[in-house]
Amino acid sequence: MRKHTILGALGIVAASALALTGCSGGGDTTDGAGGEGSYSIGISQLVQHPALDAAAAGFQRAFTEAGIDATFDVQNANGEQATATTIAQKFASDGTDLVLAIATPAAQAAQAAITDKPVLFTAVTDPVEAGLVASSDAPGGNVTGTTDMNPVGDQIDLLKEIVPNAKTIGIVYASGEVNSQVQVALAKEKASELGIEVREASVATGADLQTALDSLTGVDAIYLPTDNLVTAGMGSVVDFANSNKVPLIGGEVNQVENGAIATLGLDYEALGYQTGQMAIKILTEGADPATMPVEAQTEFPLTVNPGAAEKQGVTIPEAVLSRAETTIE
Amino acid sequence: MIGAFELGMLYAVMALGVYLTFRVLNFPDLTVDGSFTTGGAVAASLIAMDTPPVLATLAGVGAGAVAGFVTGLLYTKGRIDGLLAGILTMIALWSINLRIMGVPNKPVAKADGLFGPLVDLGMGKGPWIILIFFVGVLILKAAIDWFLSTDLGLAIQATGNNEQMIRSFGVNTHNTTILTLMISNGLVAGAGALVAQYQGYADISMGVGLILIGLASVIIGQAIFGNRTVLLATFGVIVGAVLYRLVIFAALSVGLNPNDMRLLSAIMVVIALLLPRLGVFSKRLPKGRLTKPPIPSPEGEARATTAAAK
Repeated sequence: MRKHTILGALGIVAASALALTGCSGGGDTTDGAGGEGSYSIGISQLVQHPALDAAAAGFQRAFTEAGIDATFDVQNANGEQATATTIAQKFASDGTDLVLAIATPAAQAAQAAITDKPVLFTAVTDPVEAGLVASSDAPGGNVTGTTDMNPVGDQIDLLKEIVPNAKTIGIVYASGEVNSQVQVALAKEKASELGIEVREASVATGADLQTALDSLTGVDAIYLPTDNLVTAGMGSVVDFANSNKVPLIGGEVNQVENGAIATLGLDYEALGYQTGQMAIKILTEGADPATMPVEAQTEFPLTVNPGAAEKQGVTIPEAVLSRAETTIE
Repeated sequence: MIGAFELGMLYAVMALGVYLTFRVLNFPDLTVDGSFTTGGAVAASLIAMDTPPVLATLAGVGAGAVAGFVTGLLYTKGRIDGLLAGILTMIALWSINLRIMGVPNKPVAKADGLFGPLVDLGMGKGPWIILIFFVGVLILKAAIDWFLSTDLGLAIQATGNNEQMIRSFGVNTHNTTILTLMISNGLVAGAGALVAQYQGYADISMGVGLILIGLASVIIGQAIFGNRTVLLATFGVIVGAVLYRLVIFAALSVGLNPNDMRLLSAIMVVIALLLPRLGVFSKRLPKGRLTKPPIPSPEGEARATTAAAK
């Protein structure tokens, strides 16, 4: 509920800003309670998680910045898939104008429940494999959105640049996460091109993480995919890396902030914002989701953590340091 | 709102399975967290290979029955504690389910599944599908009621009530236990197969925490309809499953913080457990026909006072 009030407040601010600058379009009702020219948008998020929260915030920021009056019904399934279905059905019966679904199962549930309204997804790694779109270029239905595919290949290149003599790398990931599986496959492909051997350690629950890490003893570096379970257990991953002097290369910025050496980072807030712009195109310009290609983030800023590198026994090359957009102290 | 009914009816199939083990056999079977996913995984994988949805669903039921068989063997022949036997099978199923699907998440287009023809006929939503689900669940309930009234069914009920006594009558309680676990997990897996086709995907974690929903449905149903006869108890389970989903829906509708949802589930179950004890519904129960009287004296007193107040 608090979110609504904040949004309401943001809406008022945006609307008054518009009035002051004399811009035309949008925002004639300030409280956004279903007045004319205002849109009702449902947001179905699978689970509370910093990255997914950021995506939802970015999506809403796109509307605020465009000065479009919209009310957001933000729902979170708390990780229960049946609840995600219930949320999607609620949006279908509420007559919501557009639905944003965050993470794969939430998007699939929305797709099954909502057939006559546009559904946008974000934080989905492989929308084709998930059955959400017929193809990334021509989705073909009422569903389109953005993918959170991170540049795995480039990240492996980065690993090679920081640890040039790496012969074997370890990857630790959750066996239950489809996004991780996709990334592991990509990482292995890239590694074999570079002549690097990959050792996998998959975990079913957080409790297995320590054992999985122990099985990676002897690798030259560890690559972390954007895996929810591993990210949640970053503490033990970093401990292992520091005490065994194994460099860690992350799949996203949050991991680097928490002790990995570097990444070409995905920015979920920016991704959500991009999805919001797609939604605005659909709502205000009548764009058809069926012909709107799935979008991805195009630029991945380099984030480095020299302190972590020191603890893990490597020095980040000057060439990498000078390219970095963000350096974590 | 309507969706909560639909989903509730599908979960009722699972709750009927949980009822068989938890109430009839007196066996808290945690296998269901895994076998629910197994049903969904088998059905989704087979449908992806163009198997007719009916066959795919039945195969899901079969796979669930096999899981129940394993738990039953561990418990009876292996003499492993019931809770542990269920947990072991459930954990093993995680890997097996991943093997079945090949990926952690397998989509099933609604048009390819069991409900595809209904969607084509324009009956995929609203009152029609609720009616169809309701009739289907009632048929299933009638089948279970009938089965429990056969000699074999009575032997199963007796196994749950007093294993030693029924064994002295020459019933092989190992067989009745294994059979019940097979039927129960078959139903649970069948529900998993239906849910996967209804929600459009099977996911490796779709069964996580399922036992709580199953027990909640059984207990809520029992709080309202009692456990005196099988006929009423199974009906209560169906109502309980739908009520559970309605409460979740209501909580979402009023904008309750999602982080509180599990707490709400637990409170709901506690209330359902306490209601009969406080005598809220017991005044409707005729005296002297309770099959499970022995527990505590406060219950008896509460019942006596409400009866007196009447």
